[in-house]
Amino acid sequence: MSGAFAIEGELTIYRAEELQAALGEALARDPALQIDLSHVTEFDGAGVQLLLAARKAAPRLAVVRPSPAVLEVFELLDLAGQFRSDA
Amino acid sequence: MNLDQALHTFVIESRELLEDMEAALLAARGASERSEFVNALFRAAHTIKGSAGLFGLDAVVAFTHVAESLLDKVRAGAVALDDELVELLLQCHDHLGALIDAVDGGDDPSDARWAAPGASLAAHLRARMGQPAPREEALAAVSPANHWHLSLRFGQNVLRNGMDPLAFLRYLRTLGTIRHIVTLPDAVPALDALDPTACHLGFEIGFESAADKEAIEQVFEFVLDDCVLRILPPNARVSEYTELIHAMPEEPARVGEMLVRCGSITERELKAALAAQQAAGTSAPIGQVLVELGRVQPAVVDAALAKQQRVRELKAQESRSVRVDADKLDRLIDLVGELIIAAAGAHTLARRTRNVELMERNETLSDLVERVRDSALQLRMVKIGATFTRFERVVHDVARELGKDIALAVSGEDTELDKTVVEKIGDPLTHLVRNAMDHGIEPADVRAARGKPAQGTVRLNAYHDSGSIVIEVSDDGGGIDRERVLAKAVERGLVEAGRQLTDSEVFALLFEPGFSTASQVTNLSGRGVGMDVVKRNIAALRGSVDMASRPGAGTTVTVRLPLTLAIINGFQLAVGKSVFVVPLEMVEECVTCTADGEHDYIDLRGHVLPFIRLRELFALPGTRGARENIVVVRHGGCRIGLVVDTLLGEAQTVIKPLAPMFARVRGISGSSILGNGDVALILDVPALMQQAGARARPAHAAA
Repeated sequence: MSGAFAIEGELTIYRAEELQAALGEALARDPALQIDLSHVTEFDGAGVQLLLAARKAAPRLAVVRPSPAVLEVFELLDLAGQFRSDA
Repeated sequence: MNLDQALHTFVIESRELLEDMEAALLAARGASERSEFVNALFRAAHTIKGSAGLFGLDAVVAFTHVAESLLDKVRAGAVALDDELVELLLQCHDHLGALIDAVDGGDDPSDARWAAPGASLAAHLRARMGQPAPREEALAAVSPANHWHLSLRFGQNVLRNGMDPLAFLRYLRTLGTIRHIVTLPDAVPALDALDPTACHLGFEIGFESAADKEAIEQVFEFVLDDCVLRILPPNARVSEYTELIHAMPEEPARVGEMLVRCGSITERELKAALAAQQAAGTSAPIGQVLVELGRVQPAVVDAALAKQQRVRELKAQESRSVRVDADKLDRLIDLVGELIIAAAGAHTLARRTRNVELMERNETLSDLVERVRDSALQLRMVKIGATFTRFERVVHDVARELGKDIALAVSGEDTELDKTVVEKIGDPLTHLVRNAMDHGIEPADVRAARGKPAQGTVRLNAYHDSGSIVIEVSDDGGGIDRERVLAKAVERGLVEAGRQLTDSEVFALLFEPGFSTASQVTNLSGRGVGMDVVKRNIAALRGSVDMASRPGAGTTVTVRLPLTLAIINGFQLAVGKSVFVVPLEMVEECVTCTADGEHDYIDLRGHVLPFIRLRELFALPGTRGARENIVVVRHGGCRIGLVVDTLLGEAQTVIKPLAPMFARVRGISGSSILGNGDVALILDVPALMQQAGARARPAHAAA
């Protein structure tokens, strides 16, 4: 059974270090983690990079329930297909 | 450099950026195409945010961040820069100015005094971000002939410099359509090895746009130094793609695959290219190849060269100028003043010794001192343009307040004057401009009825005139009602009823204390205070103010100021043992006095020249000499003669202010110390002229 990890608020450069640590811990426990992005309000290049890095470490992770802010970026970068997601 | 100094630099730079921001906002207001101003706005907000972050000024960072985010959206075309937003950003500009002032004053900008208005503005900004502007269909008619290929690798510092790579892509979309995009995860390390503040993102983009290469490059202007950007034009040759493939850090096959995914080349072309590449084994840089192949349009190359040249010139200029504390300059000028007095003393002594060699050396020394004086004063000269620019905002705000449509026209911005004068002239000018807008320019319906354009104009002009700087504030409004001013003056007991006054005398009444003709008291002016304060402020700068007006056509207020407040070229005159100085620029000529005792005017080559006998005016002891001289002085188009005993000639004069107890003495504007240690008084020529005019009038009336 896969665990869930929710990111709320900003997924940006301002919280990148904090989220890196938290995400790292969560992925160590469960490499097939579901990252819930439904409450992400802002999403920038650093956030994108963080998710790309996480996927390198854990190819089976999934991004689920992207918020409108996330979807906008996924659309801009044509990334939706790159993350296994239920969106 | 210690932290205080660094902080001071931050304050100065921020203020400069805020000035740019304001100028851009005001310029954008009048422009139909506003996008060109957005970059300047973004740059200001972005740089202030970044620098404030270095000093831990979180309140400034937080507020600027919201403004920057919105500007980013504007840049990306997601939010329109309409009048309402310009207004909001002007308010943000003011708030930022207040925050910077707080920093400068040693206050904490996160204090509640600023937090509340900041929060309210930030809420407005956020509200604007939420409502997307109607997106224009950018550049229709995109055909495969417009298919550009962009290879973009952001440098590691991009995020640390506060840029968001995504922002550039959003901005890029305003120029055309991103047909395909591949986000490259290749350079991004695995999570535990990632430095989350270093940027590893790269993109391959198939982009359809009718824009030219320069425009596309401009999108990435802020990161060009910190990213790898390759732009292949539409219909690029296969060999160019080959070059690209090898220029990129990724594996050739991988880059090729991405190009295919972007629709930039076909699978077959890729295979052919890779094969050709291996066969030839060339490794020429892509730029060179492009030029050799003649693919790059010459215009692009020229533009790029011109831009580089500009950047280089700008850098050279920066390194040529030095920021100096104004206090240091003032100290230097004080010292130069002392030097002039000391040199004059040495000069007098040398003459007394009759030692020719010593006198010659002294001449050389005086010459050098004079040049040092000029250079020192030149250091303090600044162009008036910056002061004028500030009025854009004043006019904008006041016009809104009054509900009138008024434009500001500025000329003579390059006219230079002393920094201390510039600083003190701001308030009087502001008052004059407000006055012109409030009382001068008529409401739109009245203007229409008079057949004038609906938009009123306030004009600021500056030029040099015989040792003075002249600043004109004019409007194309209704002009001044001469009779109403006169009636009011009679009512107030300022003039006797039935007296004949010239126009300029009537208008001069407006500067009398307590005089106001505005039937309507507004927020801005018309409270009966102001014009007399303006006059007093200008008089304190040894200047004068005049008014001219034509009914229905407008009013011009002319302010005359001395170029400098510290040191002048003086012309020395003596009456008995008293020495007086007039500014040399005002002296037109000297003639022998031919008048008998009866009149106070002479016939100077067919013109009447009124004169003043300084001996009588200042009640000096002694009797008239056998040979008197008249010094003809000119100021603002008027001439009078000053009758004196002897002419001592030209000398540098260091102006020392008079003690406040002499402030009410008319006709004297300052004092100076002579070479022999005596004190000379500096004559206030404009005031003397007024006095001469006042005495001359009854004489004319009688004649």
